[in-house]
Amino acid sequence: MRHRSTALILIVILLALTIWAVLPSNPGIKIGKFERSMETILGLDLQGGMQVLLEADVPEGTEVDAQAMQDARTILENRSNGLGVSEVVFQVAGTRRIVGEFPGLTDTEQVVSILKETGQLEFVDMGDTAIPVGTIITTSLGGKQNSEVTPTASTTETSETPTEVSSATEEPTATETPAVTEEVVYNTVMTGSDLKSVTVSTDQLGQPVVDFVLTAEGKQIFADFTTNNTGKILGIVLDKKVISTPRIDEPITEGTGMISGNFTVDSANALAVQLRYGSLPIALKVVETQIIGPTLGADSLNKSLIAGAIGFAIVMLFMLIYYRMPGGVAILAITNFGLITLTVYKLIPVTLTLPGIAGFLLSTGGALDANILYFERLKEELRSGKNLKTALDMAWKRAWSSIRDSNIATIITSVILFWFGSTYGASMVKGFALTLALGVLISLFSATVVTRTLLSYAVDIFKPTNFKRWFGI
Amino acid sequence: MFDIIGKRYWYFLISLIIILPGIVVMAIWGMPLSIDFKGGTLMQISFPENVQPAPSDIVLLYQKVEINDAQVTTSEDGQYIIKSAFIDETKRIEVVNAMADEFGARPTVNQYDSVGPTIGKEVTSRAGMAIGVAALGVILFITFAFRGIPHAFRYGVCAIIAMAHDVLVVISISAIGGHFFGWQIDSLFLTALLTVIGFSVQDKIVVFDRIRENSNIYRRLPFETLANHSIVQTLQRSINTQLMTSEFMLLAMALFGGVTLREFSLILLIGLLMGTYSSIFIAAPILVIWEKKEWQTWFKRKPKAVTQG
Repeated sequence: MRHRSTALILIVILLALTIWAVLPSNPGIKIGKFERSMETILGLDLQGGMQVLLEADVPEGTEVDAQAMQDARTILENRSNGLGVSEVVFQVAGTRRIVGEFPGLTDTEQVVSILKETGQLEFVDMGDTAIPVGTIITTSLGGKQNSEVTPTASTTETSETPTEVSSATEEPTATETPAVTEEVVYNTVMTGSDLKSVTVSTDQLGQPVVDFVLTAEGKQIFADFTTNNTGKILGIVLDKKVISTPRIDEPITEGTGMISGNFTVDSANALAVQLRYGSLPIALKVVETQIIGPTLGADSLNKSLIAGAIGFAIVMLFMLIYYRMPGGVAILAITNFGLITLTVYKLIPVTLTLPGIAGFLLSTGGALDANILYFERLKEELRSGKNLKTALDMAWKRAWSSIRDSNIATIITSVILFWFGSTYGASMVKGFALTLALGVLISLFSATVVTRTLLSYAVDIFKPTNFKRWFGI
Repeated sequence: MFDIIGKRYWYFLISLIIILPGIVVMAIWGMPLSIDFKGGTLMQISFPENVQPAPSDIVLLYQKVEINDAQVTTSEDGQYIIKSAFIDETKRIEVVNAMADEFGARPTVNQYDSVGPTIGKEVTSRAGMAIGVAALGVILFITFAFRGIPHAFRYGVCAIIAMAHDVLVVISISAIGGHFFGWQIDSLFLTALLTVIGFSVQDKIVVFDRIRENSNIYRRLPFETLANHSIVQTLQRSINTQLMTSEFMLLAMALFGGVTLREFSLILLIGLLMGTYSSIFIAAPILVIWEKKEWQTWFKRKPKAVTQG
C-alpha cells in the first residue's frame, strides 16, 4: 500500500469523529444551514405510533396530477399541525398515495377525522332557511367564479321552488328539508380557495369567534353577494356537509369578516382549521391504517439490541480464535464500520426501523465476509510458501474481485428495492434497502482501507514469523 | 479432494424433498398470508388486570357492531388478538367504545393493522415485480462482470435460479410452519425474504468468482473438475461467512430477541443457510449441467451421476 500513513491518519480521524458523533451526549451539529440533532430517529415500529396510507379516490388508471398530490400532502401536514399533533410526517408515495406517520400516537379519533375529510370547502347560498348542521346537500360547484347575478337569481329559485311544489304557505322548513336534501341544488358562492387567512379571536363579550380575510377575488364576490343578501343564510359546507350556517348581518365589503355563534374555544378552532385547510385538491381515502403500541416497540428493540450484542460478541470471539492476528484487525475494522455507519445514519438522518436494522445486520455480514475472503486468501498464499509481504498483496488482489462484484450486485439489488419502496409507499422495504446500500458502501471502504491498513501496520509491529500462531494456518 | 459436483443430482433430490411438501401444503391449505397481503384488520388489545373478557364475548361484541367474522386469540401475556375483515377507523372507534361500555374498562390498543382488500394484493405483486427487476439487473451485471470467460450469461442465470431455489425453500418451510405452527406471511416475512435474496446473490458471486479466476489459470481442465475445485477452495470461506454473518447473529436473535422477531430470525436463519447451500449445491452443479448439456442424456438412459451416487 502506497499511502499507508495517509490512510492511517484518515482512519484515526474518522474514529475520533464517529465516536464523538455517536456519543449520547453529542450536542448536535450546526454548520450554516446544515443542522442535525444527532439523535437516533426511531421508526414507528420501534417507538410506537400510527401510520395511515391514503389513496387518491379516483377511478383506477386515472392520471393523478403530481402537483395536486404534493399540495394535498402539504395541506394534510398543516391540518395535522393545526391540531397540535407534533412531528407528523406525510410523504407522497408513488403517483396516487400518501403515507402519514404519527409517532407516539395510538388512539387517534381526531387525526382520523381530519384525514377523512377530503375537505372541499364551499360557501353556499341557503336563502332564508338554515339547513341543520350535518345535512348532506347538493351544490352547484363548478361555477364558483360566476358573476354576482347568479347567486341572486338562484336565491329566488331555491326559495320559490319548494313553495310552489308543496303549495304550503307556511313552514317550508319543516316539511321541505328532506326533499330539499335530495333535489335542490344549492348555489356555490365561493370556495375555500377564496379565503386568505382564518384566525380565532374573541368578541366584546369574550365569546370565541372565527375571523377571516378574503383574497382580492373573494372580496369582490363576497361584497356583491352580502350586499344583495343581507339577512339571508350563507351556509358553510365541507364535502357537501353543512358545518355552519351563519346569517349575513350586514354587507361585508372590506374583505374581512367574522363568524360568531355558540362557539367554545375548541369548536372555534376546529372550524378555523376546517376553513383554513379545508380544500384538498384531490379526494383521498384511507386504505391502510396501522397502530403500533409503544410497549411492543420498546420490548422488541431492547431485546434485539441485547441479542445483537451477544451475537456480535460470539462473532468477535470466533474471528479472534480462527484468524488470530487478522481476526483482531477485523474486530477493529468492524467496530470502525459500525461507528461510521451509525454516524452516517444520524447525519442523513435515517429513520431506524426493524427492517432497517435487518439491512444494517446484513451489511455487517457483508463487511465481515470481505474480511473473511481476504484472510482465507491470505492463508492460501501463506500455505503456498510465499513471504508475508507478497502474500498480503496477492491475497488482497485475488480477494478483491469477489468482494467488489458481490457487493456491486447487492447495491444493484438495494437500489431497485429502494425505488420500489419509495414508489409504492412500502416504507419498510425502503428502510431495508437504504440501510443495506449505505452499509455495503461503507463496508467496501472498511475492507479496502481500514482492514488492509491496520493489518499492514500490525504485521510491521509484531513481525510475525510463526504463521501457525499468528495467522492460524 | 471432495467430489461435490459429481453427486449433483442428489442435491436436487434433497431440495425437492424440502420444497415439495411445502408446495403440497400450500396447494391444500393455501399460504398463511397475513392481512398485510390479503387485506383485513388485526387489532391487538389488552385490558386492565381485573377485566378479562372471554374471547367469545369479544366475538359477540363484534357481531353487535355487524362484524361477523371476528377471530379472537389470546397470547401468554394477556393480549387479545382479534382478526376480522377490513374495518375502517370509524368502525374501529365504535368497537373500542362498545368494549369500554360492555366490559367496563377501556382496552389499550397495542397494535392495529388495517389493510384494504386491494392494497394487499398490490403490495404482493409490486414486491414480486421489484424482485423480478432486481433479478434481471443482477443477471445483466454478472454477464458484464464475467465477460472475460465463456458463457458469462449462464452465470447470471444460474445465480438467479439458485436464488429462486432459496426463495422457494423459505416459502415452502413458511407454508408448513404456517399450517402447523401458526406462522404468518406478513410484511416482516417480506423483509426476511429480501435479506435472503440479497445474501444469496452475494454468495453466488463469491463462488463464481473463483470459477472465473480458475478458468483463466487452468484452461485445459474439464469444466466439471474446475468447478468442483473452485467450490472446495471457497468451502472454508463459505462455512465461516455463514457462521459469522448468520448463524451466530440470528441464533442469538432467535433465542434472546423479542417475541416479534423470533419467527423472523428463524426464517432468516433457514434462508441464509440456503443462500450458502445453494451456491455450492445448486448454482455450480447447474452450471456444469449446462456446460455438458446433460439434459440430452436424461431421457436416453440412466444418468451416470445417479448410478455412481
